Formats: sequence, C-alpha cells, structure tokens
Amino acid sequence: MGIKISYKPYNERVKEGVDNSFMQQAVASAQGRFRSGRQNRADELGDWEDWRTLGEEIRTHTLQNIDYYLQELSENVVKRGGNVFFAETKEEANAYIQEVVRKKNAKKVVKSKSMVTEEIGMNEAIEAAGAEIVESDLGEWILQLDNDPPSHIVAPSIHKNKEQIQKTFAEKKGYTGTDKPEELGLFAREQLREEFLDADIGITGCNFAVAESGAVTFVTNEGNARMVTSLPDTQITVMGLERVVPTWEELDVLVSLLTRAAVGQKLTSYVTSITGTRLEGETDGPEEYHLVIVDNGRSKILGSEFQSALHCIRCAACINVCPVYRHVGGHAYGSIYPGPIGAVLTPLLDGYEDHKELPYASSLCGACTEVCPVKIPLHEQLIRHRQIIVEDEGMSPVSERIAMKGFAKWGASPAAYKMSAAAARPALKPFSRHETIKNGPGPLKDWTVNRDFPLPAKQTFRSWFQKR
Amino acid sequence: MTIKNRDSFLDNLAGQLGRKRNTKGVERPKWSINPQHRVLKDATQDELVEVLETQCKEIHTDFISTDKKGLADALEEFIDKYHGKSIVSAGGPRINEFGLAQLYEKMAADGKDIHLWDEEKGEENKVFAEHADIGITFSDITLAESGTVTLFNDKYNGRSISLLPQSYIAIIPKSTIVPRMTQATEKIHQQHQNGQLVSSCVSFVTGPSNSADIEMKLIVGVHGPVAASYVVVEDA
Repeated sequence: MGIKISYKPYNERVKEGVDNSFMQQAVASAQGRFRSGRQNRADELGDWEDWRTLGEEIRTHTLQNIDYYLQELSENVVKRGGNVFFAETKEEANAYIQEVVRKKNAKKVVKSKSMVTEEIGMNEAIEAAGAEIVESDLGEWILQLDNDPPSHIVAPSIHKNKEQIQKTFAEKKGYTGTDKPEELGLFAREQLREEFLDADIGITGCNFAVAESGAVTFVTNEGNARMVTSLPDTQITVMGLERVVPTWEELDVLVSLLTRAAVGQKLTSYVTSITGTRLEGETDGPEEYHLVIVDNGRSKILGSEFQSALHCIRCAACINVCPVYRHVGGHAYGSIYPGPIGAVLTPLLDGYEDHKELPYASSLCGACTEVCPVKIPLHEQLIRHRQIIVEDEGMSPVSERIAMKGFAKWGASPAAYKMSAAAARPALKPFSRHETIKNGPGPLKDWTVNRDFPLPAKQTFRSWFQKR
Repeated sequence: MTIKNRDSFLDNLAGQLGRKRNTKGVERPKWSINPQHRVLKDATQDELVEVLETQCKEIHTDFISTDKKGLADALEEFIDKYHGKSIVSAGGPRINEFGLAQLYEKMAADGKDIHLWDEEKGEENKVFAEHADIGITFSDITLAESGTVTLFNDKYNGRSISLLPQSYIAIIPKSTIVPRMTQATEKIHQQHQNGQLVSSCVSFVTGPSNSADIEMKLIVGVHGPVAASYVVVEDA
C-alpha cells in the first residue's frame, strides 16, 4: 500500500469523513477514552512534565548521534547470531525481505502490527514473492480481510463498528456468531492460532531497539508479537532508523512514556525484548534472525529544522486530542500517518506535492504540542510547513495564489480598500437574516457551509475612528 | 551473520547532520532529571506487595499472598478455578527450592497431565504448551507499580509457557518485587556491563492478554492467556 492510502482529492476525502456520522461518533468516543486515560496516568505520576523533559533529552541526544547508535546496535545483533540490512529505500527493504522469503521457500508469513511495514508496502512485496501474509493484530486482521487501510496508528480499525466486523467475519471467514466483541475476539483467536502455528516466517515492527545489547522491543496488549517471535523459526524485524535507544535504562523511560501517552496504561500486557537467535538449549524463538533498518526519507529530515519530528514514539496522543482528526477521521489525511504528527511527517517523507493540504488540516490550537510525551513542537512545525508551501508558489493552490496577489494589490490601494469595505455590507445584505449570513455567495460559501458569518458592520472601523 | 549496506547508510546520516561519522567515543550524557527514580522510592517490601495487589485489580489478575508452606494450596486453588487438567511448568532449580516437584508428582498421581519444560524434549515442549490449560512460571523481577512479572526466558522457561495455554499462573518470590521497570532495566544494563549474556527474550508480562480493537470495548484474552493469577511467596 505505501504511505499514501488514497488517490481521491483532499476535499473529497474530508467530505467523506465529515459525512460519516458513525465514524465521527466512534472517533469522538475513542478520543475521549484515550485522552482521559492519558490524563489520569499523567496526573497520578504528579511530575509528568519532568518525564517529558527526560523523554525529549533522550530522543534529542539519540538522534544527534544516530549513526553511532545504529552502528552499535548492528554489531550487537550480529554478535547474537542475527543479520542486519540497512535499507535506504522501501524498494531495497522489500527486496531483502523477498529474498529471505524465497530462500526459506516460505508459504506463509505472519506479522504483528507495524506502521513501518505499512509505509513500505511490505505485504504486497511478500505476496509478489509467492507467500501468503497474515496480519495478526486483531484490528489489522479485520482491515486485511476488508482490504481497508488503517485510520489510527494505535487503534487501526477505530472507524469500524461491531456490526461491520461481524459481517466481514461472516463473509470472509464463515463466522456464524453474534456481534458481541468478546465472541468476535474469540473467533479471531481461534482462527489466528492456526496461522501462527503454520507460519514459516514471523515479521514484526519495532518500538525501540536497544543499542547496547541488540535487543528489539515490542509493546503490545494482545500478545500477537509474542506469538510471532516465539513460534516461527525465521524472524524479521523491520524498524525505522530513528527507533533506537542507547541502553536499557532509556528503554524504561520511553516505554513508560509510550504506554501512558498511547493507551493510559502503566504498562501494556506485554513488553517483549528479543535479542538475536535463540540460545543453546532453547526450543522456542527463531533460529534465523534478520533486522532491517529503514531510511525511506527519514535521513532528509535529519539536520533539518524538522529533526524533532523524528523523535516521535508513535503514541498517537496528538491524534487523540486533535479537533480536526475528530471531525474528518483518519482516512481523510490520505496517509497511513494521520493527525498532527501525520500532517508533519507525511509531507517530509513523501513530498509536499501530494500532501500539501495536510499542514492546513489543523486549527493550530496547540493541543498536540501540549500532550506530546517527547515535546515535539507539532503545531509550530505545521506553521513552518505552511510558510514553505506559500513561499514556494508552485506548491500552493492556484486559487490561493490569485487571491493572495489580488489581496496585495487591493490592500495596497486605499481607494479600492475604502470602497469595498463600504460596499461589503450592502452587497451581502440580501444573503443575511438577523445580521447573520447562513448561505453566503461565491467564496464565502465554503465558510457558511460549516458556520455562520456575521454581516459586516454598518460603519467601517476607519469611519468610526475618524468620527470618534 | 552479515551486515549489509551499513557504511553508505550511516555516512549519509552523518552527512545530513553536517559532520563525519562517529564510530566511537559517544557517551550517554547525564540526564538533567530522573523522575523514574522517585516512584515508590521509600516503600518497604510489604508496601510494595500492597501496591502490587491493588494494581492486580486494574489488570484483571487474581492475587494471593502466602508462604512456602501455603504455596501448594494456593496453586491448587487456582488450578481448580481454571479447570486445569493439563499443566506446563517452567523447570530449573527453583522447582525444588519451592517444593513444586512434590506438588507436581502428587498432581500427576491424581490424574493431571503435567509437563516440565525440558530442553531434551525439544519441539514436544511447544506442542504440549499449545494444548495445555495452564502455564506456570516464576517471576524473575516483579514490578509493583504496573503489576508486571519479568521473565528471563531461557532453556528452563520457554517463551510459550506464559503465552500459549488458556491460563497463566506466575509464582512471585517476594524478594523479586521492586518498585517499577526502572529497577529491572537497571539490572539488565548492569548484567550487560558485567559481560553477562542478556536473555534472548525478556518478557514483561502484565496480566492476561487483551484488546480494545472492536469499538474500544475491552476483550480479555486474545492471543495470549485468557486469565492470569499471581502467587506471592514469602522467601526471605
């Protein structure tokens, strides 16, 4: 699939989101739960700001020395019997993974939830290499059966209701039970258990890799990452290059921030750190291990004014407080990374061309910046994106360019300004009722579709000021 | 064991940062603030047990505190509760230390199917675990704050024991209880510094598996165990 999940224009995607009242309700309620969970955990600690400061310090230092820590990591993985592949592009990453699939003559690959594998379109690459790929996270499995992209980075199927899921299970897997979540979950458990036992290769993403010892860590609740790393004999971990910590001590801090900020848990059910291949005498865990470290556009962010966007630990706290996400939903962003962090990261990773509207999908209220556990100045980065888009005329929408030029000329002529300011009220009067415009003409329509516009005042500010 | 494409990849990163590659000499700075050390800093061992017990309610986990003499009864109580007919247990020296060997013998005599994880038995271990009703392991380090048992999976304690069976019981020697993850990761960091091999799989397990992927409703028991219980044992 890749980072881009839709070829529809932005306005159309937004309209689909705004018109989908089930999705809006589901998202609003999920946001509420996530937010209060995060807030409760932060309050309980009492010194959450200190934790954020420490998180930011750790991420800043690590990214400043990312070449050193990745070298250390790779050496330690090899010491423990693993292989490491550095992939500059998604094509390189997929080609390496396909080679492993072919060498192992694998028929079935089972994977746990991972955003970076979505980003590089790994599933399609594995199918092209002749193997079946099975998503094992409950939410991702539902989406895979339905051929639907994720709409949230922690809760990927947040936009679907239980009736839709029941229908999908019935159509695709012959499910005959009710729409009770427990029963649907039990069905998934039974179906997926067989897949785990059957798989030749297991693939995971990576929340944090520990440079000092070569461990990769997965933060999950369902236990599917544990299945994937315990049962198949061959394993592949795919990680974005920024996902590393110096030592186990920093792992503690970042995991503690992640589970609280993401789902309001002190720790998730499973935090699992695996290192290389199984040791002598062990009977579960892999006998062959590969770590694939992916750049895919990240290095361009390094050393730029957006470097701190690489500090992101993918908790989705910014998504869970965003009023724009609440209204339009994840799919409207057209990227696997939605919400404020998605609006910052997507243009950086995939270029402005296809994603130039995203920095405008924000009210700049700053709620995202306030909750970010590693203090990424998200709304400031969105403003900076907007500046870059406007400065580079070729990227801003044509209508905006014309409007801006027209505004410059009009605003520079006092006579024109005075005349139109005085004309605004009589011109708009026919569209108004009780000093309010509910259905404006021309460009005003886009505004009044969503909210009322006040009729311009009887007296302009300038004339009031002169007569004062 | 190979490393591929490393130099060009890392040279590029250093170039983006506007400098030459750092291949050695990078020191972790002293962080300006360490809030993780403040959590439950002055708690006694008994207070930590209380914190653990309270947290168990949040994580849908049964809790019991006992001594070595009471361990067999406590385990039998949970095994009955989970309708356990087949049980897979971690092996190793602690089995004798805590008197489990006798308990398992007695249970086997009563008709229960007991399997001790044993490297000699290879694949059979996993096959048994996959069909077992209950898995039993010791906790290596126990985190009071989050209600977490830390398992250093190895040849005695296979990854599957705490994962594949329907229910999971963790035996927690009281001396293993620490305030939070900070103390566990410090210990692993120290082990590594001392040249000891870090376990191939460190599992931090907090209660049964769960999911909220369907309409944000909590489902307890998805891929891992559906039920979990902790037995704290006085071992001083």
